Amino acid sequence: MAAAALYGSSGFGNWARLAAQQRLTQDDLLGFDTYGNVSLIHVTDIHAQLKPIYFREPSINIGVGGNKGEVPHLTGADFRARYGIADGSPSHYALSSGDFAALAAEYGRVGGLDRVATVINHIRADRPDALLLDGGDTWHGSMTCYKTAGQDMVNVMNALKPDAMTFHWEFTLGSDRVAEIVESLPFAALGQNIFDAEWDEPAELFKPYKFFERGGVKVAVIGQAFPYMPIANPRWMFPEYSFGIRDENMQAMVDEVRDAGAELVVVLSHNGFDVDKKMAGIVTGIDVILSGHTHDALPEPVQVGQTFIIASGSNGKFVSRVDLDVREGKMQGIRHKLIPIFSDVIAPDATITQLIDAERAPYAAELSEVLGQTDSLLYRRGNFNGTWDDLICDALMSEREAQIAMSPGVRWGPSLLPGDSITREDVWNVTSMSYGEAYRTEMTGEFIKVILEDVADNIFNPDPYYQQGGDMVRIGGMGFAIDINKPQGERISKMTLLSTGEEIDAAKSYVVAGWASVNEGTEGPMIWDVVESHIRKLGTVTISGDSNVTVTGA
Amino acid sequence: MELTRRNALAMGLGAAAMTVLPFRVHAATDDAIAAFTGGAVIAEGGVTLDAPEIAENGNTVPVSVSAEGASAILVLAAGNPTPGVAEFHFGELAGSSSASTRIRLAGTQDVVAIAKLADGSFARASKTVKVTIGGCGG
Repeated sequence: MAAAALYGSSGFGNWARLAAQQRLTQDDLLGFDTYGNVSLIHVTDIHAQLKPIYFREPSINIGVGGNKGEVPHLTGADFRARYGIADGSPSHYALSSGDFAALAAEYGRVGGLDRVATVINHIRADRPDALLLDGGDTWHGSMTCYKTAGQDMVNVMNALKPDAMTFHWEFTLGSDRVAEIVESLPFAALGQNIFDAEWDEPAELFKPYKFFERGGVKVAVIGQAFPYMPIANPRWMFPEYSFGIRDENMQAMVDEVRDAGAELVVVLSHNGFDVDKKMAGIVTGIDVILSGHTHDALPEPVQVGQTFIIASGSNGKFVSRVDLDVREGKMQGIRHKLIPIFSDVIAPDATITQLIDAERAPYAAELSEVLGQTDSLLYRRGNFNGTWDDLICDALMSEREAQIAMSPGVRWGPSLLPGDSITREDVWNVTSMSYGEAYRTEMTGEFIKVILEDVADNIFNPDPYYQQGGDMVRIGGMGFAIDINKPQGERISKMTLLSTGEEIDAAKSYVVAGWASVNEGTEGPMIWDVVESHIRKLGTVTISGDSNVTVTGA
Repeated sequence: MELTRRNALAMGLGAAAMTVLPFRVHAATDDAIAAFTGGAVIAEGGVTLDAPEIAENGNTVPVSVSAEGASAILVLAAGNPTPGVAEFHFGELAGSSSASTRIRLAGTQDVVAIAKLADGSFARASKTVKVTIGGCGG
């Protein structure tokens, strides 16, 4: 079948129209004409969000090189125009930025693994042998996940009965704990690019792929873990492992499963969207890539050659259903739906609600303690700044008496609405990690520039294989200008100390506070304690949201 | 903790300030290639060079080279102060003309492999390996 015909069968248009009419019911969200003979269910980047949350999508997500102006690098009104989404519709609220606080008040929270369970059960009612595939970043991102070393998420996810999973932040639990959990998993732990660091051979604990027999079809699911774990996260926490994209080995694995009779080849990936796009153009023989890591939510597959890439969002906000027609040894058609988990529309599954509440019960008092209020929308996503990070940088400068603050450009962390109370759980949701020490140190102006240039190249290098998939490091107390299209070393200019208005002097030292250093032995109080103390002093948080970054070349 | 420059470097997002710019190709690289080839023409392709796009640890970067029937393969780190890494020779009894090693890269640069093929001609492959501070993946 021609590629164009395959593409035409996306299930998006239908729910977009319904959504535009603002008559949203569970049946509308879950409605799907069961198609073909194989169903895939994709969840990814849940970041330990067991309960419904608010999550604002980015308003700035710049694409570079061949990805300039391409999805997922469209935001707000441009995104809605690309997919024909009406302003103010539920799809607007779920998928794009703009009027977030007002729409959130109307449509409510999203996510919650008990709602996700309802969606999974519904799909399994249509197609009992549907494959549930978890793209990773599951055992990280909340207070309960931190305190149980991932066990709360493992217990709840196991109840959803996944068939396979790949990994990223899981490794920041430390390799011993990862091994302990993986050995107990009742499903496949996959990663063709997870290697033994010493021998540069495939790691024994993780298999490259697994075969499944579904709808009379021999399905191969190949795992692709986050390629740059030892660079983006602390290598010393999992020194036994090496990663990398390893697309030659991916091709070898695709060839191996095809030779062994695979009629459908699915890659469960934590590459990030642009890396998956590039890989799909290099590796031949992949039918579907279930893409994770960069937290993009796309209502239609993106096609590269004969490969379809599915992006399923983050934080439990979406589930993707992919129905495939596989006959005569190959994929003949695809039907896809990105299902937004509107928490007030989709009924929770009572069994999973009970399980979640049981996991949270020992920490309930700690989680729910109110630290203050916010007058402002608090969110994180965006290439350069978010109001949560503005608040975190303010906390670092104030509590640690620093001139400049640095906050990592991670993409996880739910949002809060103006007027909301800020609980301890909310603070942990945007800071929790196994290396959360808030350091205080001195850096020269020259070294600060080196850091900014280095991180900028990890986002804006025109070759996706040289990108790591995060956002720009957030800076408090300092403004700067960035030209996206310049090479590394020339992007950053006009670094200015905001407290004095003076230009940053390359030779002078500045007191810098930050958190999430990848270096072993980093000392300091935990970032969530620093932020809590700051919020308690403020009482009510107000963040202007004005950016001190001037961007050109976008 | 004590605020010294040494600690500052260790406590920041990581490695040394040296890593910021791609290293320029050292003149010694051209000299080493000329010495290996005797100035002969070098074709692109015919040799496989496997190295990571981004080094997990710039101090020990795994690199593999292979070229069918090659009698020798020269490996260079074009931006290192001393570019020469290894020169592998394969006798007639060698099962395959392939080798793996680990190299230290002073910063982002091209790794270059030149193979002397069975017919006496030369082939070249190169790959940019990025050495980065890292720390902000999301």
